[in-house]
Amino acid sequence: MVDKQLGDQIPEFGKPKSGGAQGASLSNLSGMVSGPGIRTLSEIVAIILVAVFIVGGAEILLRVFDVPVFVLPPPSAVFIALVTDFQFIWPHLIDTLIELFSGYAIGASVGLLLAAIITQYPFVEKIVAPYILMLVTTPMLALVPLLILNFGFGYAPRIIAVALASGPMVMINSATGFRRVDLAKIALARSFGASTFQIFIKIRFPMAMPMIIVGLMIGAIFGLLTAVGAEMVGGGFGLGNRLTTFSAMIQMPQFFAVILILSTLGILIYVTFFLIGKKWASWET
Amino acid sequence: MNKTSGGQAKLVVQSASKFYDTRSGPLHALDNYSMSVNDGEFVSVVGPSGCGKTTLLWSMAGLHSLSGGAVYLDGEAVTGPHPQIGMVFQDANLLPWRNLTKNIQFPFEIKRIQPDLARIEHLLERVGLQGFGNKFPRELSGGMQQRASIVRALSFNPSVLMMDEPFGALDAFTREEMNLLVEEIWLETRKTIVFITHNIAEAVFLSDRVHVMSARPGSLASVFEITYPRPRSLDLFATREMFDLVNEIKADIQRKPGPRVVDPLPPGQTKTPAVG
Repeated sequence: MVDKQLGDQIPEFGKPKSGGAQGASLSNLSGMVSGPGIRTLSEIVAIILVAVFIVGGAEILLRVFDVPVFVLPPPSAVFIALVTDFQFIWPHLIDTLIELFSGYAIGASVGLLLAAIITQYPFVEKIVAPYILMLVTTPMLALVPLLILNFGFGYAPRIIAVALASGPMVMINSATGFRRVDLAKIALARSFGASTFQIFIKIRFPMAMPMIIVGLMIGAIFGLLTAVGAEMVGGGFGLGNRLTTFSAMIQMPQFFAVILILSTLGILIYVTFFLIGKKWASWET
Repeated sequence: MNKTSGGQAKLVVQSASKFYDTRSGPLHALDNYSMSVNDGEFVSVVGPSGCGKTTLLWSMAGLHSLSGGAVYLDGEAVTGPHPQIGMVFQDANLLPWRNLTKNIQFPFEIKRIQPDLARIEHLLERVGLQGFGNKFPRELSGGMQQRASIVRALSFNPSVLMMDEPFGALDAFTREEMNLLVEEIWLETRKTIVFITHNIAEAVFLSDRVHVMSARPGSLASVFEITYPRPRSLDLFATREMFDLVNEIKADIQRKPGPRVVDPLPPGQTKTPAVG
């Protein structure tokens, strides 16, 4: 009667073993959660001053040297384009968001589920690991022409590309989390008669949480990247498509307005997961 | 050897042996170890680090299988985690993502029963932790964490408490404080307690009997009956008798693995000194 959860390991603890180091485990969450906090008024003033200096400086330099708008539009022109042309851009923003959310929802849940399953079977994990690594390292954008060929110019190829890009990222980071074994904590749960499932839900999952959140964040950012990239390859809608269209028509202020929207999306993704991490994984810092 | 001091055998370990499979071949952790603990008795197992003390305790708690021998609780073979056993682990072993209340209610969550709130509240008060329910483990000192883990182990009212080097990571002052607390709790609840430690003085202070385990493979070297009256005071640590006894036990541990030579005791002195 070898305990399934504890196995037959020598009870040594202290340092949670994080299993094999294969995979792109991007550190833990502590770097993310313990970012610089803004507290004092002088800090806020300094941040605003630097921002004004950069934007204002760019505006002045571009105007003084009379840089053509198609080379680099001044910030004011970009801002005006963003306001006046937003009505034409926002349907494309919605398209991009639809692709991002659906693709990410599929990719992230499959990735998380697979990570949870394969880490329970070390033997399976060893066999699957190279393929996962291949999925992580191959840019899924490369598959988009093929996907368009098979699924046409609609949402489908983009959603698939987003899922393929975000899933492996979520999976490989979550797997690193699930591989963290703390024998003492498992023994604790077992001593109260916990089942394998209970140990997974009450011990392994919370222990993996910080890495899962990191994986979800990286997956979301890779998803955005891939969504925009896929839109640039083909199809007549989406923010990526706007980028190619505006640059073809040399509408540089509009082009940069889209860039601005995209970076805002990226920052929103980061901030969302930062807050999630603060709520659910701050115990690790 | 297993002389009883009142009560009946609650917990019996019968020729327990344990081998671990390691990459460098089988590791002999426990060798033909037998002991018996009476109902309501406080028994310690002392021995050098890595001698198999934790292996023994885990086997007694049904967390580990044995390669040979058996463990009986109330006459029944222990083959898995047992509801009558509460465990206190090294370094408190609280779950860092749960606050104190959630940590203490964890056993009830696993057992899918309503937490005994009145009992928990009483225990928290008893160890001086009332009002800390919302704190997370990292916000508590080592001593407070270990108190919480004792409350957690007692929360579901087990009849046996197994403590695995619970105070190893604490400073000497906190450790003594915790020793007093454990004795008090034991006197109040009369649980059967098996206490693992490498601190001989701690074992002597707390126990009715001290079992000495030899270096790996862990086997029973000798048993010392401790008959100091209870409740014991921390002053005991400073007494000559205690000092001598601790040294004797220490010598006993170091004597292995060579042939065992029993020191002749000075006339009039027994192995179990009583102190007024």
